[in-house]
Amino acid sequence: MAKGIRDKVAILGMGCSKFGERWDMNAEDLMVEAYVEALADAGIETKQIDAAWLGTAIEEQHVGKSAVPLAVALRLPYIPCTRVENYCASGTEAFRGAVYAVASGAADIALALGVEKLKDTGYGGLPQRGRGTVNNMTWPNASAPGNFAQLAAAYRAKYGSAPEDLKRAMAHISVKSHDNGSRNPKAHLRNKITIDTVLNAPMIAEPLGLFDCCGVSDGSACAIVTTPEIARSLGKKDLITVKALQVAVSNGQEAQHNAWDGSYFATTRIAATRAYTEAGITRPRDEVNLIEVHDCFSVTELVTMEDLHISPEGRAIHDVLDGFYDADGTVPCQIDGGLKCFGHPIGASGLRMIYEMYLQMQGRAGERQRQDLPRIGLTHNLGGFPHQNVCSISIVGRYGE
Amino acid sequence: MTTGILSFGAYIPRLRLQRRVVAEAHSWFNAALKSQGKGERAICNWDEDPVTMAVEAARDCLTGIDRTSISALRLASTSFPFLDRLNAGVVAEALSLPEDISSLDVTATQRAATSALAEALGRTGRTLVAAADQRGARAASPVEMSAGDGAAALLVGEGEPVAKLLASATRSADFVDHYRTIESGFDYQWEERWIRDAGYMPIVPPVIARCLEKAGLKAADVTFFCMPAVLAKVANSVAKAAGIADAAVVDNMHAVLGETGCAHPLVMLVATLEKAKPGDRILVVGFGQGADALLFEVTPAILSLPARMGVKGHLARRREEANYQKFLAFNETIDLERGMRAEADKQTALSAMWRNHGTVTSFIGGKCTTCGTLQFPKSRICVNPNCNAVDSQEPHPFADRIGKVNSYTADRLTYSPDPPACYGMIQFDEGGRWMMDFTDVDEPDLKVGMPMRMMFRVKDVDSQRGFRRYFWKAAPAAAPQES
Repeated sequence: MAKGIRDKVAILGMGCSKFGERWDMNAEDLMVEAYVEALADAGIETKQIDAAWLGTAIEEQHVGKSAVPLAVALRLPYIPCTRVENYCASGTEAFRGAVYAVASGAADIALALGVEKLKDTGYGGLPQRGRGTVNNMTWPNASAPGNFAQLAAAYRAKYGSAPEDLKRAMAHISVKSHDNGSRNPKAHLRNKITIDTVLNAPMIAEPLGLFDCCGVSDGSACAIVTTPEIARSLGKKDLITVKALQVAVSNGQEAQHNAWDGSYFATTRIAATRAYTEAGITRPRDEVNLIEVHDCFSVTELVTMEDLHISPEGRAIHDVLDGFYDADGTVPCQIDGGLKCFGHPIGASGLRMIYEMYLQMQGRAGERQRQDLPRIGLTHNLGGFPHQNVCSISIVGRYGE
Repeated sequence: MTTGILSFGAYIPRLRLQRRVVAEAHSWFNAALKSQGKGERAICNWDEDPVTMAVEAARDCLTGIDRTSISALRLASTSFPFLDRLNAGVVAEALSLPEDISSLDVTATQRAATSALAEALGRTGRTLVAAADQRGARAASPVEMSAGDGAAALLVGEGEPVAKLLASATRSADFVDHYRTIESGFDYQWEERWIRDAGYMPIVPPVIARCLEKAGLKAADVTFFCMPAVLAKVANSVAKAAGIADAAVVDNMHAVLGETGCAHPLVMLVATLEKAKPGDRILVVGFGQGADALLFEVTPAILSLPARMGVKGHLARRREEANYQKFLAFNETIDLERGMRAEADKQTALSAMWRNHGTVTSFIGGKCTTCGTLQFPKSRICVNPNCNAVDSQEPHPFADRIGKVNSYTADRLTYSPDPPACYGMIQFDEGGRWMMDFTDVDEPDLKVGMPMRMMFRVKDVDSQRGFRRYFWKAAPAAAPQES
């Protein structure tokens, strides 16, 4: 394996907009909201940024194509700007572009910004767009919950789990995220819920009820990255650096080859293994202190615990119900409220997760701060469908550790 | 050389609308409909139409038949979804019939199917005759009650017939008992007693007499008399006038199916063939702007025909539908608010459709000649991670394979004309899989591992342009009934 990205790039500053139904804001306004915070946090001026990446997925819904909307909104000084889109991994992809630019030496300071303005569709849930001239002829007209719900059927069949047990563990996941989100002023949903609320909610796509699904919201998040040396020269101490960045993209095997049983994400397993190697982690269950995973649906979070090699296969239900992933558990998952409570402005989510890691490691997470200062944090995004998707994983931690 | 029927099959949609609920819905307006509110009629699922029904009837008919032996396809319907696009062409591709077959649509009269059959029996080679109808009906009209949706198919021509043609006769007459124009959309019908007294009675018996005369037989030699007629006792009156025994009159299945339009003479013929014995003589009559009569004699070959669903099996594959609103919505007789998700553009890139017609219409995937892996769709590079051979795949058909459910859901968020939308991953034991729409399945029955068969269905309808896409969907596999 290549030498990897470990400790080559430090986070200089980050920002995150309030997520929610931002009826009074355009995507450009949300970009500025996240950017202003990140710029102040980094302690630099716009003219010091050498290159920028914009992550956004459904651009026809808000800013339109290319990276021009980013450059215009932020008034960037005619620097190289690139728009990236890789489904729900778009935010992490923007981050990867910026980090790789710095690591390569092509840029001293680079910016990654993710944004999505989903509440201009006129309805709840993600907009369903065409999937290409040929796919449109054969693929089901499937919604996001419908695609991900299928994990449950396959998981139950594989492990013989009783539908009630799986549903209860899924409910625990949603209740936990709402508890966490209630302590986060930037979260969209800040209400606590009960197990019964989840279990009795209207069905969206069997077995996912309303409270098994993350919200739809508007939001933006931003990171400014540089080398550890430059960060130091700018007066930064206790640097948070990138330990690993991995992306795995399905090549059609899950969709077309019978080796996959439908109960897990092949891409996550592969990306996680590579990320741990890159970060030098050999015992993820013991070494990773904090995780933010792509909890678009409760069942996704559940199987992801296993795909990240933290819960043993078939055991996530038990870890979840035992509180292993609760805010006061061994490895808190979605301590900020997750997609469940932030909603999922697609391009922003990956950067929003890294933002939480950054705050927690610096002890700046306010009411929800984990007191034992996490040292290694993992973020995870999934885009697409269980049978054909993009998985991105980032691992960040304290410099030199 | 003997000419006759080599094989037969049928398709009846699974849903059976209860006539009671139709009569109840209209009782405030037309209390007289109550007298017709008995029994049930077959209705198409939202994703069925004459093309899809014809495909299924033909597949039933072609059980055990080498499709490369077929040289022509005649498709009869008065409710073709396309006015200018060969409907038979869609059916031919869905069936993977040879590219050099002669294919034609036959339409515009209730005897389209019997005329197509008579013409096919005069051809050389083997002709597949399929007939299907989904007659539109205005709410509270008699046709809404009497019609049923369904299809039948016959393979005729050279070979060992299960029923040989003894004779046929026809008459053409511009007798307009009902009509439908390109603008009207629905039938306009004249008085029933006039249709009986001035139509059936003077027109049909002489045609029957001529047919029998050609065959050198008497009316008493007819074992089964198949003539669709919605009007009560008309078939019996015609039989009596022609000298055919009342016991020979075949039940028109009004109580359990309804009249399947121009397909009905063939549906009744297939239902009769399913119970016929060698030596039985079956007289089939189609009526509409004249009449066709065809007389067949069943041969011993019928005893060795492989099992198929047929009319009997499909009538047994049945789900009661007591929601009249659903029937209206499926047929767009009422204008439901379908929500914004239904507004998604369903435009079809016709160039891409043609380029991929083997994949989409014929459901043909690939078999890697290097490693043997089956895959769908056929692709340039083998999906097997230990192979990845380039341009190694030969076409491999999946349409007639049984797959198993690998994952599923019942989705209430996505737009479906009949929510919840059920779909999931279908895996074929021999290799190959695809995430597909399910159809004709009830949510509580879904489970991982359940066997599913492929059915040709409407994938979606482009409401802006009227085009409809077809693709294959998975439905619970049902074992063929014993014939």
